[in-house]
Amino acid sequence: MTTLIERFRTGLWYENPGLVQLLGLCPLLAVTSTFVNGLGLGVATLSVMVVSNALVSATRRWIRDEIRIPIYVLIIASLVTCTELIFKAWFPALDRSLGIFIPLIVTNCAIVARAEVYASRNPVGSSIVDGVVMGTGFALLLMAIGAFRELVSLVWLLAVLPPGAFFSLALAIAAKNTIDGRRKNRRDALPRRSRLANR
Amino acid sequence: MAEASIVRDGITLAAIAAVCTALVAATYTVTDERIAANQQAWLERSLQPVLAGLSFDSGVSESRLTIPAPHALPGSDDATVYRVYAQQSPVAALYVVSARDGYAGAIRLLVGVAVGGEIAGVHVLAHRETPGLGDLVETSKSDWVRQFDGRSLADPNVVGWRIKRDGGTFDQLTGASVTPRAIVKAVRQTLEYHAVHADAVFAAPSDDEETLQQ
Repeated sequence: MTTLIERFRTGLWYENPGLVQLLGLCPLLAVTSTFVNGLGLGVATLSVMVVSNALVSATRRWIRDEIRIPIYVLIIASLVTCTELIFKAWFPALDRSLGIFIPLIVTNCAIVARAEVYASRNPVGSSIVDGVVMGTGFALLLMAIGAFRELVSLVWLLAVLPPGAFFSLALAIAAKNTIDGRRKNRRDALPRRSRLANR
Repeated sequence: MAEASIVRDGITLAAIAAVCTALVAATYTVTDERIAANQQAWLERSLQPVLAGLSFDSGVSESRLTIPAPHALPGSDDATVYRVYAQQSPVAALYVVSARDGYAGAIRLLVGVAVGGEIAGVHVLAHRETPGLGDLVETSKSDWVRQFDGRSLADPNVVGWRIKRDGGTFDQLTGASVTPRAIVKAVRQTLEYHAVHADAVFAAPSDDEETLQQ
């Protein structure tokens, strides 16, 4: 249980694909003009990541290193096509507002990265958890930036335009680094104080 | 040994490709009908804004006629027309055209023209104009496109079919004149096409009928 919580903290915070690894920036910057768009693309990416991790992990025994990349591409492209069809059938409005960015999930390097770094070396169950954790981290960031840009655009139109995406992501990364820095300072400061008290 | 591994890799690739293709095919079969129904519903909903105020028979979306490029309508790709009839006699033609000289790419327009040449309504279907400026041509954001209602080639005259900044009668949008200019031009071009080709447009068999005959 502790490890599961620990893994969520890793995916959502310490190794967040968007905030820390800076992967998948193209869709992240392009579709986050509203919260709903962020949610839609986030959920689509999350589901592709979970299933692709599961499939890559399940087939890892038969896949030799030389042909792993074309196989990852095949698996991810098929899953994305299925996702696109499902969106078109059940969420047509969302599909229209996300447009080309659903098929472009194929090129989201965060998904290939998880296949390569994690799923190809770990058992199926663990790879699914990895997909859920990393996908959720990416989806939450998309939603947060989408909501932020949508709110700020009420007073400052630039927020929904392309430059706003860069500003928002930069602010998000800066905020994360500030929080991490403060925490680190506190952790460093604590033992020193207790040492002083003991003296 | 190298050959053996090439064969093995080939088989692995082929097997995975087959599984992936089957997965896509299965999803396609499941979603196919819903997707077609959604597209039909979307089309009918987007035709609504220019149909308001007309009385007509049902089946407008089945009356589609594709006009292959090149044609005199705005846009260099194939244009589509939906014909509206009441008791077999033509009421209006709804042209789906693209204005190519927008600020950011083509603007997809639906121009409804009554049989007599007056505009029944103009509706922007898709565009990539600047949010907050050019996007005021959307019906949901402002009623800028309403100023075309009831206009025709005679009202205003040829010189008047421009935005005010260019000496015409149509309002531009504050901070954006490229988008309105492109739309006014496209609407005028559609009217000119309609004036010449209306009879042929209403008489032609729809795309569906043509497929049936073949």
